[in-house]
Amino acid sequence: MAVSQLIGARVQRREDPRLITGHGRFIEDRLPVGLLHMAVVRSPHPHARILRIDKGAAAAAPGVLAVLTAEDFHKQLQGVMPVTPSFVPEKKFVPDRFPIAGDESCFQGEPVAVVVATDRYLAADAAELVRVEYEPLPAVVDPEEALREGTHLAHVDGPDNIGWDMTFEGGDIEAAFARAEVRVTERILQQRLAPTPMEPRGVLADYSPYDDRLTIWLSSQNPHFIRLFISGAMGLPESRVRVVSEDVGGGFGSKISPYPEDYLVPAASRILGRPVRWIETRTESVLTTYHGRGQVFTAEAAAMRDGTLLGLRLTQVLDLGAYHGTFGAFQACACLMAGGVYRWQAIQARTIGVLTNKVPTDPYRGAGRPEGTHLCERMVDRVAQEIGMDPADLRRKNFAREFPFVNNFGLTYDSGNYDGSLDRALELVEYSSWRRRQEEARKQGRLIGIGLSTWVEICGFGPSQPTAAATGGISLVEAAQIRFLPSGSVAAYVGTHAQGQGHDTTFSQIVADTLGMPLEMVELRHGDTAEGPSFGYGTYGSRSLAVGGMALHKAAVVVRDKARNLAAHLLEASPDDLVFEQGTFAVKGDPTAHKTIQEVALAAYGPNLPTGMEHGLEAVSYFDPPNFVWPFGAHICVVEVDRDTGAVALQRYVAVDDCGNVINPMIVEGQLHGGIAQGIAQALFEEIAYDQESGLMQTGTLLDYLVPTINEIPDLTLDRTVTPSPTNELGVKGIGEAGTIASSAAVINAICDALSPLGIHHVDMPASPGRIWKLIQEAQS
Amino acid sequence: MIPAAFGYSRATSVADAVAQLGSAGPDSKLIAGGQSLLPMMRLRLAQPEHLIDVNGLRELDYITPKDGRLLVGAMTRHATLVRSEVVRRHLPLLSEIASEVGDPQVRSRGTIGGVMAHADAAGDYPTLALMMDATIVTDRRRIPARDFFQHLFTTSLAPDELVCEVDFPVATGAHRYLKFRRRLFDWAIVGVGVQMSDDGWRVGITHAGPTAVRAHAVESALRSGANPKEAAEHATDGLHPTSDVHASSEYRLHLAEVLTRRALEQAA
Repeated sequence: MAVSQLIGARVQRREDPRLITGHGRFIEDRLPVGLLHMAVVRSPHPHARILRIDKGAAAAAPGVLAVLTAEDFHKQLQGVMPVTPSFVPEKKFVPDRFPIAGDESCFQGEPVAVVVATDRYLAADAAELVRVEYEPLPAVVDPEEALREGTHLAHVDGPDNIGWDMTFEGGDIEAAFARAEVRVTERILQQRLAPTPMEPRGVLADYSPYDDRLTIWLSSQNPHFIRLFISGAMGLPESRVRVVSEDVGGGFGSKISPYPEDYLVPAASRILGRPVRWIETRTESVLTTYHGRGQVFTAEAAAMRDGTLLGLRLTQVLDLGAYHGTFGAFQACACLMAGGVYRWQAIQARTIGVLTNKVPTDPYRGAGRPEGTHLCERMVDRVAQEIGMDPADLRRKNFAREFPFVNNFGLTYDSGNYDGSLDRALELVEYSSWRRRQEEARKQGRLIGIGLSTWVEICGFGPSQPTAAATGGISLVEAAQIRFLPSGSVAAYVGTHAQGQGHDTTFSQIVADTLGMPLEMVELRHGDTAEGPSFGYGTYGSRSLAVGGMALHKAAVVVRDKARNLAAHLLEASPDDLVFEQGTFAVKGDPTAHKTIQEVALAAYGPNLPTGMEHGLEAVSYFDPPNFVWPFGAHICVVEVDRDTGAVALQRYVAVDDCGNVINPMIVEGQLHGGIAQGIAQALFEEIAYDQESGLMQTGTLLDYLVPTINEIPDLTLDRTVTPSPTNELGVKGIGEAGTIASSAAVINAICDALSPLGIHHVDMPASPGRIWKLIQEAQS
Repeated sequence: MIPAAFGYSRATSVADAVAQLGSAGPDSKLIAGGQSLLPMMRLRLAQPEHLIDVNGLRELDYITPKDGRLLVGAMTRHATLVRSEVVRRHLPLLSEIASEVGDPQVRSRGTIGGVMAHADAAGDYPTLALMMDATIVTDRRRIPARDFFQHLFTTSLAPDELVCEVDFPVATGAHRYLKFRRRLFDWAIVGVGVQMSDDGWRVGITHAGPTAVRAHAVESALRSGANPKEAAEHATDGLHPTSDVHASSEYRLHLAEVLTRRALEQAA
């Protein structure tokens, strides 16, 4: 690599000036001429037969141009919404999903009709006038209950409620348990979470009858895949559909998969021949944007009395909701990652996907990896408690230390130094001092707890071979293009798409360094399928830097190599005799003979090229990583539990993480702040609750669904170790999900540690004061 | 989150507001700070046909100490109560309570009169009004707080009646308001206020029933010499809290007792 100036520097985020001065551009900011507004009529029932829809009053309401139902959309849209194999290739029951319900609606909030009007308010008023006659059907609410034979069906024509049932075998589990001196079991809940991005979903579609082309503006993490899906459903060649995603106000995984409205809005635009827009309300967001988590684990761990871990057996019951999420089976990776950073003789993990009458679940920040980590870290703590060993010592005794490390399911951890991050975290938190204070506090009846979470994640999706099978054919690699324009500015295109991650900054740092350019001369473009390489693979699974950043780097190297050859020609020297520093090619030993890369770029469009060299200075590169990347770290949380009220006060939070080489430390810290806050949110606050009888959502507003704010998040002490990834030339891993993957376990382990003198072994999430108070009451009675 | 259509007009005086309420009919509503009404309208839980805006009524924005009373105009915003030296001198507990209402945006817009008229079970000022025997002054009469709050979202106001003032007795003795909640800006799951006054402790409890409650049993236990712990055991007398996603009824009862004890212990 060239001499690095920008990589590793705390470059301020280039996207922030526009965002904090109100010049960001979100879906609602676009106002095309002739814009129409769509409102969605949604089923109020968890499960119902739709007997009749009377459009009359709504169609006659002021400003209404159309009231459309499944019948109308079947003439526009072909096929069903996609479901990828992901980690569960064999599925038992995959109910067909059309974007709008026909005879049967299967979750509260499922679209039943849409109203298109000249004004958003008129559309909302008219939506209330659509008369839908329902015959309510019994709702399937509890996923474990849904597995019982003879229970109600989430789909009346379904064979049962089992979406999948698959067991991953990682070693001889019977042999591992046979040796065990200690066994612990636990039942661990992962409540449903609502992603609640600050910008809810939004779709604006403009179908042009002139050239039979469709443009969709979408708040999306994944514009190219959405183009693929929508073009197929609309019967248009992929080349005639353009998906544009500009600023995205947060996604957290919820803007990866296609949604019903992504189909309904373009279809409505084609029916009416005018641009149509739908903006999700916050109520719709909580009710219908795909939820995360929603799982119940039962687990048993086996160990020796000296702390040696032997075996882990677990079952994941995953509440799919009414339909499979497009990438919902990704969450089964909790099973493959349940061994964490430890050496186990064997792991056996069964995953059961269950259909219920609720909104589908799909990847949400971490997607399976927070669940796997939470389970692993809880079970390791349970073993430590059972044999009376310090949880830090037990972890050290079982850490994987030789890399590459192959886990029980054949996944290869690329690099790691688990002792390094744990030791640093223990030092920063002053572990032994807190243990002493805990001892003192207990004598006074106070409940202080210290919780550890030593985590590892699989991320950076690709590589092409395993991910082709997971998506159903398209390998997850990444594409980038570098274009040097004649006047010397650089346009860089990449197929990932940020939703707050700061790619405009970090990716420009990589390109600028590789080409020896000032940052200001690099323009980073993403999110528009009409620009750059033919396909892009989106931003999720902490993949953007390790795959997309590398694609950009590769394309920049191709451009730089061509520039070197051209510079050599212009300087009448051999390419091998040139040095490239600070953006200038210079002939070794001749200080007067040099060309800047900008001068070379201009020459690339001029008359004086070496024989055989084509004009222009641009390149498209695809990067196919040879492996996933494996960030890791150690989080430690200190809490005090109020014995009288059950309230948890977070006293201290230390996180030492390792994501390999760091491009921009400020952005890494920002990702950790947000990620840890989101994990604390799950541990203590957020929960989507449904009434167990009626199946109706009970937490439909942000008054009841408790997203914490800065007031509820403690100061975070961050540090890092640096263990470069051998998987890519930049030595980078991913950091977008790390905080969320690590933190729920640290918080809950701390609470359980605090409550252990009362004989309480486990607390489910969210660890609300009421829930903890009840546990204390039960323990004392 | 898209409200239904509604009419809108501004009131130019108290008399004008009352006249407009009378002529606009039963589906009209006054809007002051709008911090409860607007969210309900956006969810279409409330669909008033007409809103009469009283934000222009400057004559209802005052804080006046008078003959051992503290008179607070109905249009006084929470933020004004927080900042007011006069409130801090004459009824510091009101200042403490106001500082814990909602978040800064809510405190900048919401008004004390609006909280009284809305009568949310989790409202904080009704607790203070009840425990201190405050009087709600309207355009036509004076209503003792104990007669004003009748049930959840229900007061003794006539359909065309406007809250103009809350008349509190001055109290500068030891006091505390403890508000138990999950997030800093949330409504109280349960709240407890205590105030030492001329005739002894006054104790009120928020959100342990459809309206705030004055804890007479706690007050009399304290008058008989009970310590905070003993007195707090009476906090649950006569309470009938409901269960919801935030707390069970049993937990609310327990919190009422714990918070009463702590408020008494911490009162300064």
